[in-house]
Amino acid sequence: MVLSQADAEGAHLVPFARKLSETGLLPLRPTGMTVMQINVGKMCNQTCRHCHVDAGPDRTEIMTRETMQLCLDALAQTDIPVVDLTGGAPEMNPNFRWLVEQISALGRQIIVRCNLTIIVANPKYHDLPEFFARHGVRVVSSLPHFSASRTDAQRGDGVFGRSIRALRMLNEVGYGVGGSGLSLDLVYNPSGAFLPGSQAGLERDFKQRLLREHGVIFNNLLTITNLPVSRFLEYLLESGNYLGYMEKLVTAYNPAAAENVMCRSTLSIGWDGQLYDCDFNQMLELPVDAHAPQHIRDFNEAALNGRAVIVNQHCYGCTAGAGSSCGGATT
Amino acid sequence: MEKSTYYNPADLAKFGNITEWQAEMGSKFFSYYGEVFKEGALSEREKALIALAVAHAVQCPYCIDAYTTDSLQKGADEAQMMEAVHVAAAIKGGAVLVHGVQMMNKAKELSM
Repeated sequence: MVLSQADAEGAHLVPFARKLSETGLLPLRPTGMTVMQINVGKMCNQTCRHCHVDAGPDRTEIMTRETMQLCLDALAQTDIPVVDLTGGAPEMNPNFRWLVEQISALGRQIIVRCNLTIIVANPKYHDLPEFFARHGVRVVSSLPHFSASRTDAQRGDGVFGRSIRALRMLNEVGYGVGGSGLSLDLVYNPSGAFLPGSQAGLERDFKQRLLREHGVIFNNLLTITNLPVSRFLEYLLESGNYLGYMEKLVTAYNPAAAENVMCRSTLSIGWDGQLYDCDFNQMLELPVDAHAPQHIRDFNEAALNGRAVIVNQHCYGCTAGAGSSCGGATT
Repeated sequence: MEKSTYYNPADLAKFGNITEWQAEMGSKFFSYYGEVFKEGALSEREKALIALAVAHAVQCPYCIDAYTTDSLQKGADEAQMMEAVHVAAAIKGGAVLVHGVQMMNKAKELSM
């Protein structure tokens, strides 16, 4: 229903595939797998207004230990250097810590997309900073603004205050502290129908304000554009901003950002082991090209590296302006 | 062609079309404009907030739309944006009131 409304409103927009073709990038081919991104489930303690996963406390889709083992078996066959754990709140999966320990034993860099508030949500999560530190986990956490009002508008009442408490706990064990080797990156995504500004400029403002007002430090700010998917798409349609937002994305199409889209170097695995080109395609239920292995149990790196990435209109979100990826701007 | 208003939000996107009737001056203006808003001694966010304040002072609806969006995009929050508008209001109001001194001077000159 929401998608058909979006299709109707955006019918005149240039198809993303045509833009890619004009840039000489169609079919879009992988450049080699450097990140295995595993979505361990949609359960979350928050229900953010922009969430492309539609995650929340009542979601029951959770990756089993058996599927995690299949991911580990696949990982062991490869030299993929980075495993990116996401959700939902990945820490809510009962086998989360076991998975981190197994990946750590394989000697791969681990990223955990931690929503911060989970650390203070329940005493059983209070030791997460120490657990992360033990495994050298790179913590990547959303904090859409240095002001409480704009953060809470996107992520829920009181989220900013709880996030600051969690950031202080991470700082206390060395996260974000120079020389500690423990990396703490924050993710900025706009709390509304506009694109992110310069990553370097925003990082400077965030660092200054968070240190001055809250005594919090971090390493890098990653700017991520909101893609017109799931809850953010619903917001755009309901607020009458859909067309204007899509026109902004299309106008800001950047061929250099298209070259560097993350789906070319990422394999995204769903909670049930299904394979996707990215977490957004995962939520849109657009699995990898039918000629490639579809499930992690059939993992074959060479076959997956030969696939054509599935693209659609939402992909404009990753190619606008300075580009956008789970690692921030791409140009 | 009948128009319902003097200002049409869709015209903002056509701003660049002014070069159609005077290419050289228009291009020079846009090149200068782009240079002005680049990060320099002031950050892009500070420049966006100045532009937002000026937009209110000159009461340009196109500019208010454009620099509200730009301020948000550059990371400003509601408090910063409203303070910028108050700066414009204070200067506009001050500019009126400071002429009160001229009025007083003149009145004194004419009075016994």
